[in-house]
Amino acid sequence: MSSKLFGFKSTVSHPLPIHRLQVQHSSADRVTVHFINRDGERLTAMAKEGESLLEVVVNQNLGIDGFGACEGTLACSTCHLIFEEDVFQKLDAITDEELDMLDLAYGLTDTSRLGCQVCVKKVMDGLTVQVPMEVADMRRGLEVGKQSK
Amino acid sequence: ADAGRSRFAARPRVSRAGGVAVEAERLVSSVWVLLARSRSMGSRCGRVCWKWGSPLRRLTGFSRLLSTAVLAPQICVVGSGPAGFYTAQHLLKHHRLARVDIYEKLPVPFGLVRFGVAPDHPEVKNVINTFTQTAHSDRCSYYGNITIGKDVTVKELQRAYHAVVLSYGAEDNRILGIPGENLSGVYSARAFVGWYNGLPENRDLKPDLSSETAVVLGQGNVALDVARVLLSPLDILGKTDITEGSLAAIACSKIKRVWLVGRRGPLQVAFTIKELREMINLPGTRPLLDPADFTGLGDVVKDVPRPRKRLTELMVKSALEKPGEKEASRWAAATKEWGLKFQRSPLEVLPAADGKQARGIRMAVTRLEGSGESARAVPTGEVEELECGLILSSIGYRSLPLDSLIPFDPKLGIIPNSLGRVQGTPGLYCSGWVKRGPTGVIITTMNDSFDTAQSVLEDLQSGVLDLSNTKEGFKSVRSILHSRGVHPVTFSDWETIDAAEVARGKLAGKPREKIVDPQEMLQLISH
Repeated sequence: MSSKLFGFKSTVSHPLPIHRLQVQHSSADRVTVHFINRDGERLTAMAKEGESLLEVVVNQNLGIDGFGACEGTLACSTCHLIFEEDVFQKLDAITDEELDMLDLAYGLTDTSRLGCQVCVKKVMDGLTVQVPMEVADMRRGLEVGKQSK
Repeated sequence: ADAGRSRFAARPRVSRAGGVAVEAERLVSSVWVLLARSRSMGSRCGRVCWKWGSPLRRLTGFSRLLSTAVLAPQICVVGSGPAGFYTAQHLLKHHRLARVDIYEKLPVPFGLVRFGVAPDHPEVKNVINTFTQTAHSDRCSYYGNITIGKDVTVKELQRAYHAVVLSYGAEDNRILGIPGENLSGVYSARAFVGWYNGLPENRDLKPDLSSETAVVLGQGNVALDVARVLLSPLDILGKTDITEGSLAAIACSKIKRVWLVGRRGPLQVAFTIKELREMINLPGTRPLLDPADFTGLGDVVKDVPRPRKRLTELMVKSALEKPGEKEASRWAAATKEWGLKFQRSPLEVLPAADGKQARGIRMAVTRLEGSGESARAVPTGEVEELECGLILSSIGYRSLPLDSLIPFDPKLGIIPNSLGRVQGTPGLYCSGWVKRGPTGVIITTMNDSFDTAQSVLEDLQSGVLDLSNTKEGFKSVRSILHSRGVHPVTFSDWETIDAAEVARGKLAGKPREKIVDPQEMLQLISH
């Protein structure tokens, strides 16, 4: 049995569990998505077409800290992802509601989107997205406190 | 100077050996690595290594016992709001042995998620699901109805746990410091929010909603929240988890107009665009925005960062552009209104003839020195008065010191710390508003809590937290509480209260009907 928890397969050989075999047969409608985690680790997932990137992270139990706090209801920005320029241009148009929440995200870039609003399509096979670094500026918090006094 | 610090830059990854994470003392960890490797060698080499195999296997078993019993860090978190839960979550996820106990003053958990987030923002409360998962972890326990500093001291917690994390937030508010502040009709927005959200200490607020105009001092998201709750159509409010008592009071409210008053200008508003958009679209209401406040502002923000730009453009559009047909007819039919007043600094709350009620507010007209986020409001000498019978000061929450032995900066209202490590007190940490100050949304607190948890994990790995020092954890706290007649409320007890609230809410078409009396809560769980 493979130890998914630690991201590598054990050397012990056992027959693959049934659900794994089924996935192998229906790989036709699976899309490969790579998430580059904050510590540089690459997490690869076989996503279903039509799933949002947030659903991919949750369903595949990918180890991204604090992802999707509001569970896809556009009430936070914790599913913020950075796309490559060419892929970003091909994504479905962004709504005002998504922009409103994206505006609050840390490390906002020109190719940022919220993962809960981007659905996987066949043309995205091999897609790589970056989980943004969360930069915590300790002094800024204190300065705000000083200013408001 | 180091302007920013990434949580993940230059932080050593926790070492792994043979699939087992080892965060304990270096000596034991290297022995463990040796044993693990020998073990797998033994199984693969079969007969050749059997002499190696058995004594090592016995040692392995003993060492495993040793590691679980002695080397499991005992950590406690004070406060069960987002800061407390996110700190606990991160610790449990990234340390395979750590035990985390979460203490809470009230019987019920979740802090501001339950008592601060507006009733008409239920999606924001979805984080409760992930917190519930954390509480169900077999290495996590929740203990409610325990006041740290009274029922058990921080010193006693430090004796029982390897690390104590203070995440108790900001239970007080900043005061205006102006004459008339204590007249009837003047309340902190914090108390008003606590009132409609069922915070036990604010259940008897009985705010005076008998006048036509309310003034909210402050232009942050809390100010928008209280304005929206005052003006929302009752059929919308009635389907939320707003308390029965406050809904009944709001149903009798005479308030038709709410002003949000700020000392500075439109470019310094602290509220965010989603909440502003919600207010502009609030059914039954119209916005009162003075075009003179917004003329030319569109050009000023052309090159500022996108968030401030979009927020300002939305205000400018609503103030200067002719509304579309649908919007125009909605505004024409509106019976309630809300507006923004800028560059007004409160000087005095004016009393009515009886000397006890507020009847208005006198404000200094200001001008701005500097620009952008750091602009300062300076009085011009001019003064203005605004008639109103309800004044809500929404100028910020404030933390209080928990215990005289814990360092606390009264000016900044935070516990002095470096990356969550309390200054001069090894083994003591802090996260959330009590660490950073009372601003920010859930994601801000989440990142901050993960940062503090990282500091604890680092200290566990480096030996700053000495795990060879066995700690009893809740075992010793339980006997202290028992001797003082204090009965902790468990997470399972909370689930009983939760089920009761949801059941009562169902009868009224609401997600829940909050119980506002702590005694009633305790009776429900037979304490």
